[in-house]
Amino acid sequence: MADAPEFLAEVVIAGLMSGVMYSLVALGFVLIYKASGIFNYAQGIMVLFAALNFVGLIDSGLHPILAFVATLAIMIALSMAIERLVLRRLVNQQQIILFMATIGISFFLEGFGEIIWGGNVRPLDVGIPSDVIFLDDILIQEADLFAGVTAAFLVTVLALLFRYTAVGRALRAVADDHQAALSIGIPLNHIWIIVWAVAGFVALVAGIMWGSKLGVQFSISIVALKALPVLILGGFTSIPGAIIGGLIVGAGEKVAEVYWGGLFGGAIEEWFAYILALFFLFFRPQGLFGDKIIERV
Amino acid sequence: MLYREAGDFKITYAADQALLPVRQDRALLYLIAAAALALPLVAGDYALGSLAIPVLIMSVAAIGLNLLLGYCGQISLGSGAFMASGAYMAYKFATAMPWLPLPVSILLAGAATAAIGIVFGLPSLRIKGFYLAVATLAAQFFLLWLFTHVPWFVNYSISGVPTPPPATILGVYITGAEAPNWAKYLFCLGFVAFLTWIAYNLVRTRIGRTWMAIRDMDIAAELIGIRPLWTKLSAFAFSAFYCGVAGALWSFCYINSVEPTAFDINRSFQVLFMVIVGGLGSILGSFLGAIFITLFPILLNSAPAWFGFEVPGNIITNIEFMIFGAVIVFVLIVEPNGMARIWMIAREKLRLWPFPH
Repeated sequence: MADAPEFLAEVVIAGLMSGVMYSLVALGFVLIYKASGIFNYAQGIMVLFAALNFVGLIDSGLHPILAFVATLAIMIALSMAIERLVLRRLVNQQQIILFMATIGISFFLEGFGEIIWGGNVRPLDVGIPSDVIFLDDILIQEADLFAGVTAAFLVTVLALLFRYTAVGRALRAVADDHQAALSIGIPLNHIWIIVWAVAGFVALVAGIMWGSKLGVQFSISIVALKALPVLILGGFTSIPGAIIGGLIVGAGEKVAEVYWGGLFGGAIEEWFAYILALFFLFFRPQGLFGDKIIERV
Repeated sequence: MLYREAGDFKITYAADQALLPVRQDRALLYLIAAAALALPLVAGDYALGSLAIPVLIMSVAAIGLNLLLGYCGQISLGSGAFMASGAYMAYKFATAMPWLPLPVSILLAGAATAAIGIVFGLPSLRIKGFYLAVATLAAQFFLLWLFTHVPWFVNYSISGVPTPPPATILGVYITGAEAPNWAKYLFCLGFVAFLTWIAYNLVRTRIGRTWMAIRDMDIAAELIGIRPLWTKLSAFAFSAFYCGVAGALWSFCYINSVEPTAFDINRSFQVLFMVIVGGLGSILGSFLGAIFITLFPILLNSAPAWFGFEVPGNIITNIEFMIFGAVIVFVLIVEPNGMARIWMIAREKLRLWPFPH
C-alpha cells in the first residue's frame, strides 16, 4: 500500500465518489425516518422510478429542465398518493407494519415503472461533465466531483431546514410520536406529504447522478441496498451521518476489495459494508451521529 | 353453537393443559391431518410437486421467522441465508456421511444452522429494531458469498451447483430425479407435522414465555430476572434451526439442487411477508401466510390464461409485481394483525352463532 501512494489515493477517491452515491440514497432514507419514523424500503425504487420518468420524458422530446420539473411533479403526486392510500390508514401502527407497507409500495412502483417505460437500460446525458482531471498524478472524474458538490449542497439545505424552520420542528415531532404530534395540532398528513415529496426530490437527484454514470436500469435499486449499512454507520436520524457513513463505506469497500479481496477469493465488496457496520454497532449501537436511545420502563 | 365449549369438561390436568383444549379444534385438526395425508391420492403431480411441497417447506421457514420476530420481537432479514446454510450443511452431511439417514442429516444441518444463527444473533444484545434488521443483512450477504466462494461447501464441484445425493426411506426414493412427488410430499409433511408440534409446545414453555416477555418490554423482562442474552440467542438458534431445515428440504425435495440463487434476499423478504401477512406471533398464521404468499403469485400468473387473454411475459411479470405489492399493502391496512386474526374473529363469531348477542 505504501509503495504506491498515488494508486491508493485513486482507489480511495473512486471509493469516496461511489460513497457519495450511496449517501444520496441514504439521505432519502434518513429524511423519511427522521420525519416520520418509517423505515422506507421503497427509497431505492423511488430513485429508479424518478430516473425512469426523467429519462423517459427526455426521450419523448422534452427539454431536460422541463423534464426535471415534470418528474418532480410526478414525485410529489406520488407522495400524495402514498400518503392518502397507505400511510393515512396506518397511523400509529407498529414500525414493522409500516416497513412492510413500504416493501409493498416498492413492489408496486417497480412493476409500474417498468410497464410504463420498459425494462431496457437507457443512457442518460444531461450535460454533467464527463472529462477527467489530474491532480498531480491522481486521476479524478469530473462527474464524481459534480456529484460530491451536489450532495454537499443538498445536505446543507436539508440540515438547515430541519434545524431552523417550523416545518423542520414539526417533522421531528412527528418522528417522535405520531399521536402526540397530532394532539398538539401538527397536521400529520401534510407533514407526510412534505417529507415524502422531499425524499422524492432527493431520489430524483440521486437517480440523475446514478443514471448519468451507469445508465438508468434496474440495478440502481439493488445497489440502493448498500445504503442500509451506510445508515447504520451514520445513524438513522442524522443527515450528516448519511453522508459521512456513505464516504466511509464507499472508500472502505473499494480499498478492501483492491487490497484484500484477492486473499478471500474476491467479491468481498458484496458484504464488506455490512460486516463493517456490524462491528461498528458493537461499539456504538446508535451509529456515528445517531440519537442516543434512552429507554425507560 | 358450532364452537360450544359448554359441556366439554376437563377432568384431568393433562386434558386441561392440552394443546387444543376445545373439542371442535381437535376435530378440525384430525380433519386437516387426514386431508393432508390423503392429498397424494387425489391431487395431480403438478399440484403436489409445484404447489403443495413449496407451501409445506415455506411454512417451516415462516414458523422459524415467526418464533424470532413474532414471539421474541427481533427483526431478521437473514432468513434466506439461514435457509441456504441449511441446504449447504445438509449437502455436506449427506455426502460426507452417506450412511446417515437423510432425516438425521437434515436435522444435523438444522443444528449447524442454529449455531450460525447464534453467531449472527450476538449483535441483538446491543442493538434492536431496524438496526438489527440491517445487521442480519450482514448474514444474508456474507453467508451467500461464503457458500459461493469456498469450494469446500460444494465438494469442489465444477459447476458450483451440485445435486443432492439420492436417498431412500423404506426403499422409496425421497430425493433425486427419480423420487416420486408423493414420496417427497409425505417426507416434507412428516417434517412439517413434527416441527409444528415442537413449535406449538415450545412457545408455551418457559423458553417461549421468556421470548414473549422480551418482545413485550425487554427492560421490564430484564428486571424480573430474564436474561436477555440467553433468551434472544435461543430465539435466534431455534429460528435458524427451522429455517435451516426448511432450506435443506427446499434443496433436497423441491429444486433438487444446492444453489445460492434460491436463497437470495428476495427469499428473506418472502418469508418476512409470510409472517406479517399470516400473523405475528401465531403458528397458524405462519401456515396461512405461507399458503397465501406462495400460491398467490402462481395464481396471478395463470389467471389471464383462464380468461383467454394472451399477455406478453414481461408485462405479466410487472403486473404481478404491482398486484402483489398492492395486495400486501391492502392486507396490512385491512388486517395489520394478519390472517390468523381473521380466523380468530371467525372463531369468536362461531362460538356465539346463531345468537350474536
